[in-house]
Amino acid sequence: MAESVRSGGRSRRRSGEKSLDEREPLDLRPRGPQHAEITALAREAVDETGAEEPREPPIRLGAQTTLGERRRRTLGLAFHVLCAGAAMVGVLSLVVLLGQVLHDGLGQIDRDFLTSFASRIPERAGIKAALVGSLWMLALTAVIAFPLSVGAAIYLEEYAPKSWITTTIQTNIANLAGVPSIVYGILGLALFVRAMGLGRSLLSGALTLSLLILPVIILASQEAIRAVPDSIRQAAYGLGATRWQAVRLQVLPMALPGILTGTILALSRAVGETAPLIMIGALSFVAFTPQGPLDQFTVLPLQIFNWVSRPQEEFRQLAAGAILVLLAMLLAMNGVAIFLRNRYQRRH
Amino acid sequence: MATVHEIDTGGHAPALEARNLSVFYGEKQAVKDVSLVIPAHQVVALIGPSGCGKSTLLRCFNRMNDLVIGARIEGEVLFHGQNLYDSDVDPVEVRRRIGMVFQKPNPFPKSVYENAAFGPRIQGFKGDLDDLVEESLRAAALWDEVSDRLSESAYTLSGGQQQRLCIARTLAVKPEIVLMDEPASALDPIATQKIEDLIWELKERYTIVIVTHNMQQAARISDYAAFLYMGELIEYGPTDTIFTNPKEERTESYVTGRFG
Ligand SMILES: Nc1ncnc2c1ncn2[C@@H]1O[C@H](COP(=O)(O)OP(=O)(O)OP(=O)(O)O)[C@@H](O)[C@H]1O
Ligand SMILES: [Mg+2]
Repeated sequence: MAESVRSGGRSRRRSGEKSLDEREPLDLRPRGPQHAEITALAREAVDETGAEEPREPPIRLGAQTTLGERRRRTLGLAFHVLCAGAAMVGVLSLVVLLGQVLHDGLGQIDRDFLTSFASRIPERAGIKAALVGSLWMLALTAVIAFPLSVGAAIYLEEYAPKSWITTTIQTNIANLAGVPSIVYGILGLALFVRAMGLGRSLLSGALTLSLLILPVIILASQEAIRAVPDSIRQAAYGLGATRWQAVRLQVLPMALPGILTGTILALSRAVGETAPLIMIGALSFVAFTPQGPLDQFTVLPLQIFNWVSRPQEEFRQLAAGAILVLLAMLLAMNGVAIFLRNRYQRRH
Repeated sequence: MATVHEIDTGGHAPALEARNLSVFYGEKQAVKDVSLVIPAHQVVALIGPSGCGKSTLLRCFNRMNDLVIGARIEGEVLFHGQNLYDSDVDPVEVRRRIGMVFQKPNPFPKSVYENAAFGPRIQGFKGDLDDLVEESLRAAALWDEVSDRLSESAYTLSGGQQQRLCIARTLAVKPEIVLMDEPASALDPIATQKIEDLIWELKERYTIVIVTHNMQQAARISDYAAFLYMGELIEYGPTDTIFTNPKEERTESYVTGRFG
C-alpha cells in the first residue's frame, strides 16, 4: 500500500485506507424495514414463480413527505437565505465604501497629487512622500520576510526531525499569526528602535512588519511545500539527489507559485498596516523622500490617518484620494496573487 | 533461525548480497532475517502476498528506507564487498549506483529532456548531455516515440511512456543495479508488454531486482525468484524451480494462485 517515504516532517501513511479490491461493493439499493419487507415478499413471489432475480422495488420520491420533512425543507430554505444575506452584507458594504471613496477621491488624483509633498495648504498637498515610503517599505519588508519565511518553511517541512521541539515551534508559529499587530509595534519599538538603535527608520518599520507577516508566509509556504507529492521527492532521491538538490531543484519550483501567492497576500497586509508603524514612531507629516533604509519615513496609511483627523473638508478629500491609490496598490497585488494561483492550478 | 539461502548462481558473480536483514517500522517487524544473493546481470523477482515486505526489502537495497520515518534496519547488504549500512557509506552515492523505478510513473513536471537529464546534471556530468539523454531514451525503448517532443512536458506522455521515461531517467545515471517496484502495475497490457521486453534487454547491462504481483510476469521475465511471506524469505531459487517444482508447500500454493 502507500509507502510513506518522507524526507522529513510527518509521515503521511494512510493506514486505515483499504485497497480497492478489499472494499465492499457499493450497495445503492434503498435500505430499511420497508425495503426488507418488500424484498422478502418479492423473494416469496420469486420462489413461487421460479424467476431468478427479485425485481427492485420502485423508488417513490415524495410519496412519504411528512410534516417533519416539510419543516426540514423550510429550515433549509431559511438557512440558504440567511447565508446569502450574510454574503450580501459583505458585498454591499464594499460597494458602498468603494462608491464613497471613488466619489470623494477620484477628483483628487492627478499628476500633482502624486508628485507633491504633504502641505498645510490643501491645494498643494500630495502623497509623494507617503507613496515612495510605502514602496520602500514594501520592498524592504519583502526582502527581509521572504527568505526568512521560506527558509523556516523548508526547514520545518523537509529537514526538521519529528520531535516535540518541532511541534512546539509549529504551534507557536500558528499562534503568532493571531497576535494583534499593535503588539508587534511594541516589540519593534523596544527591539529595533531602541535596543538596536535603528531609530524611527524605514528599516525599523520593515523589520517590524516582517515579524508581523512572517508567520503568515511561513504557514502559506509550508502548505505549498506539503502539496508537492512525495513521489517527486522519492524520484529525486532515487536518482541520487542530496536533500538540498531535491528541495532546490524539484520541491521548491513546484511550491513556488503557492509560496509567492502567500507572500504577496501577506505583503499586501503589511502595506495596509498603520498601528505598528505609529507605535514605532513613524512620522505622518514628511516633506522629503527617504534616500536609504535608515531614513525617516511615512507611508500611505499614516498619511491618510493624518489627513482624516484634520477638521477641514479639503483634507478629507485628499485622504479619499490617497485611499484610492492605496486600494489600487492592494488590488494590484491581490490580482497578481490570483493570477499566480490560477496559473498554478491550470498546470497541475 | 538464520536461513541462508545458498543458491546456485550459475557462475554469475554476486551483485548484491543481503545478510540477516531485518527491518522494523516502530515495533512491527516487516522483514525478518532475510539473507539472499542477487546474481549480476540477472533478473530477480520478489514475489509474495500484499504486505509481506517486498517493497520494504527492495528499498533496503539502495537505502531508500532511510527516508521512511520510523524505519530501522538490522543486518548487512553487501555491494562490492562493502556493507551499504556502514557508517561511512553515503546513501546518496549508493542511490547513484543502485537506481530505483517506482510503482506509479512519477516524472518531474518538466520536459522529457529535463527528466532524463536530471540525474546526470545533479552529479555534475561534464560530457555531452544531449548524447546521454538520447542514449538513455533509446535504452528505455522510448526514443522513437519522443525524439521530436523532447521539450514537451513529460505529463503529455501516456502512462506507459512516462514509466519508460522514469526508467530512462534512472539509466541516465548509469547505475549497476536497477530496482523496480511493480513498474507495470499501473499500466495496460500493451504498455506492460513493452516494459517486460525492455527489462529483458536491460539485463545485458544491468542487474535487475523487480517486485511484482503478477505471477505470469515473474515467470516470464525473471531468472530467479524469491518468495516472501509475512516478512520471511520462504524460498529462493531459479524461477523455473520456484514455479514448477518448489520445495515449500506455501510457495507452491502461492504461485499456483491458491492464496495471496
Ligand atoms: N512507512 C511504514 N510505516 C509503518 N509500517 C509500514 C510502512 N511501510 C510498510 N509498512 C508495513 O510493513 C509491511 C510490509 O510492507 P511493504 O510495503 O513492504 O509490503 P509489500 O510486500 O510491498 O506489499 P504490496 O504488495 O501491497 O506493495 C506491511 O505490513 C506494511 O503495513
Ligand atoms: Mg509494495
